[in-house]
Amino acid sequence: MAGQLLQPGYEENKLQRVSKLLPCRDVQSSMLLALMGEPEQYSYPSIFIYGHRATGKSHVIHTLLKELDIPYATVTCVECVSLGLLFEQVLFSLFGPDSATLLSRSPSLSDFVRVYKQLCVQNPAKQTKYIVLDRAELLRDMDANLLPAFLRLQELVEDNVTVILLSEIVWDKFRPNTGCFEPLLLHFPDYSKDELQQILSEDSHPSYSTELYSAFINILLGVFYSVCRDLRELRHLAALNFAKFVEPLESGKVNESETHKLWRNIEPHLKKAMQTVYLREVSSVQWEQQMEKEAGAVRGLSAHGHVELPYYSKFLLIAAYLASYNPARTDRRFFLKHHGKIKKTNFLKKHEKTSNHLLGPKPFALDRLLAIFYSVVDSRVAPSASVFSQISSLVTLQLLSQVGHNDQLDAPKYKCAVSLDFILAISRTVSFDIVKYLYDFL
Amino acid sequence: MSKRKVKETHMTVGECISQVQTILRQRFCHQRLPEKPMGIESQHKHLLELLRRTAVHGESNSVLIVGPRGSGKTMLLKCVLRDLLEVKDVNKNVLQVHLNGLLQTDDRIALKEITRQLNLENVVGDKVFGSFAENLAFLLEALKKGDRSSSRPVLFILDEFDLFAHHKNQTLLYNLLDVSQSAQAPVAVIGLTCRLDVLELLEKRVKSRFSHRQIHLLSSLSFRQYLDNVILQLSLPPDFADAKFFEEWNDSIKRLCKDKSVVDVLEKHYNSSKDFRSLHLLLMLVLSQVSVCKPSIKPTDLLEASRVCVADSKANILHGLSVLELCLIIAMKHLSDIYEGEPFNFQMVHNEFKKFLQRKSQSIYNFDKPVVMKAFEHLQQLELIKSVDGSTGKIHKEYQLMKLMLDHNQIMEALQKYPQCPTDVKQWALSAFG
Repeated sequence: MAGQLLQPGYEENKLQRVSKLLPCRDVQSSMLLALMGEPEQYSYPSIFIYGHRATGKSHVIHTLLKELDIPYATVTCVECVSLGLLFEQVLFSLFGPDSATLLSRSPSLSDFVRVYKQLCVQNPAKQTKYIVLDRAELLRDMDANLLPAFLRLQELVEDNVTVILLSEIVWDKFRPNTGCFEPLLLHFPDYSKDELQQILSEDSHPSYSTELYSAFINILLGVFYSVCRDLRELRHLAALNFAKFVEPLESGKVNESETHKLWRNIEPHLKKAMQTVYLREVSSVQWEQQMEKEAGAVRGLSAHGHVELPYYSKFLLIAAYLASYNPARTDRRFFLKHHGKIKKTNFLKKHEKTSNHLLGPKPFALDRLLAIFYSVVDSRVAPSASVFSQISSLVTLQLLSQVGHNDQLDAPKYKCAVSLDFILAISRTVSFDIVKYLYDFL
Repeated sequence: MSKRKVKETHMTVGECISQVQTILRQRFCHQRLPEKPMGIESQHKHLLELLRRTAVHGESNSVLIVGPRGSGKTMLLKCVLRDLLEVKDVNKNVLQVHLNGLLQTDDRIALKEITRQLNLENVVGDKVFGSFAENLAFLLEALKKGDRSSSRPVLFILDEFDLFAHHKNQTLLYNLLDVSQSAQAPVAVIGLTCRLDVLELLEKRVKSRFSHRQIHLLSSLSFRQYLDNVILQLSLPPDFADAKFFEEWNDSIKRLCKDKSVVDVLEKHYNSSKDFRSLHLLLMLVLSQVSVCKPSIKPTDLLEASRVCVADSKANILHGLSVLELCLIIAMKHLSDIYEGEPFNFQMVHNEFKKFLQRKSQSIYNFDKPVVMKAFEHLQQLELIKSVDGSTGKIHKEYQLMKLMLDHNQIMEALQKYPQCPTDVKQWALSAFG
């Protein structure tokens, strides 16, 4: 945090406060300040800032603009379902509450520029105004002329205004067909491991020493850093798992200096958190409740392949899986008693040799499903309506999916939509060895 | 700025720098008009003559200014208008209507804007018109009945002309060009566009009414001229308040442009694009580094600025990926190498990744499939990979076919720069077959 921000035109104590608020972003904030220049000087018409999630893009911009009392409007594009909302927010924050009423209902870009100009004439200000558009990638999905117009807004409204776009996606993906005004590109690099450590250690727990907390952060980063570098996500995980980390300390089993024991205690929990909390399979509240309930027994939640199905439905699903992942020509080999000898290598055409588990399920006809079903199920089943209704309930459960239109009544086609792990679990419950019947695993 | 222009000839360094910033920023960021347009004198003369005929003699005309982005179309037009308005008689007589294809997205809005810019809102009032042509004719008629006996000339300036061609039936263009063709009222229609094929966009009836006069702005700047232009852009105007600082600054700029490394950098920029806008971008970055403690431009500033300008943004994004995501990218790279750019799906990538893990005895990257899936989805969110067919509906997301949007070199380069890249991952990337 040694870097001191310097820029004429702003009060020194304000700049100092800003640099305290922006740890590990000295280079970026001083670069931005330099580009902005003194309050009255022009800045580049549009600046595009990109970088990964949680690299401080919005934070740096907002802190700078807010703390230095620069007139600015900030809009998150996710909130703007219509153009009108976007324009309203910009005018509201730049010119005060009355201004937005000047816009007509469902305003066009032309209206916005006209009102903006009009307001500029009414209350002239010399300071550079800033319009910050967060999540700017969503602008691409709005009107085609919106993005090019915002990029050259300074020229269109003839005012001292700079548009700052923030996005995670690189500029190359924004450029329209016929080109547009090229903004100034700035990159916010990701935090290094040391910087993450420094930032995360700042929000330490009041009743424990900072050293302990930073040791905890060190362990946390050791587990998660190779998967996730998102500061927000890491912070969330840190907050959730800290209680678990200090549990042995509170019960008095270990003291603070025995970091190795603490590490042994927390590591399986962090691994588990990676499987559940990180994937958002449970909300953090649920996770906390679950932690309270089962103190000790570590079991990942990811085994949610717990679906109770009727006996025949299970076989139907198995049959569907076989039909989806085996080539139709191999059915003879699996389900006929005297099929003779068929070798794997020269039996199939070339394109069928690549594993079907890589290419995904193939569609199959109802007849084939039933034929396989009758040969895998061990008792005799009559082709009754109940079997057919079970097929359609499997479709409703999204374990099967129907291919093509629903109106094909006589020869519907299906695809199996479950994973290998799921079907293995299912076939275990009915003690059916599905691997023996899968062509890919021969 | 005007306040500071008191007759004192000596200012502190801080004030001087502040002045420099103000003046140069107006040039780079605000597109301040130069005294004389550089390198396009003939076009300037041509256009000025054309518009003068409309303004003074009441001849109707239509013209297109065509040139790539940042080549100075607007600058040329604005210079011409500025010079035109200096001519006596023209100043009070001529009317201007500025339309922009980005703003006036359909003809109804455009007509409203024309009415507003001609100050005819109260004349039109609540009148209802049968057709667009009728409305426009009424507007022009209204101008005729002004205090002068003859009608006042109107200059219609259509920025982003190609976008107007996409309006329904091209009504606006048809009517404007029709008026300019028949001697109803003296109008000049000036279109600015970056599309060379703009005439192909026009309907036949619209095209036939256009005068087919085009002014091309294709920059033919030599590097020598480009360099002179850089000096000109960075130098201070002679009316700068502090004479001593003025000389020092301009000398330092001249010295700067003789430096070998600076010339190299500028030549590289010149070879990639000659337009002024990208030059301004570069110079703006240089200028922002000038401060009280560093009151002149050093060659290193320019090198630094050019590094920022030409930085490959995708490589920057790759730099911030986690190790797992990087591994997936490498797996995709191998897949595209083996199958010659055929699309892949998650299942294949995961398989490739697993193969890599199996070859190592101790694997620290033993992640569950859902964790890998999340990393894969993050890559998709960053648009580093893209699904081949737009419909995401029915196909299982693991089997959705994807395409890698990165270059072979980009990946290798990013890998070199990656902080603390595990050696085995690096070796895996270098090996020919996954």
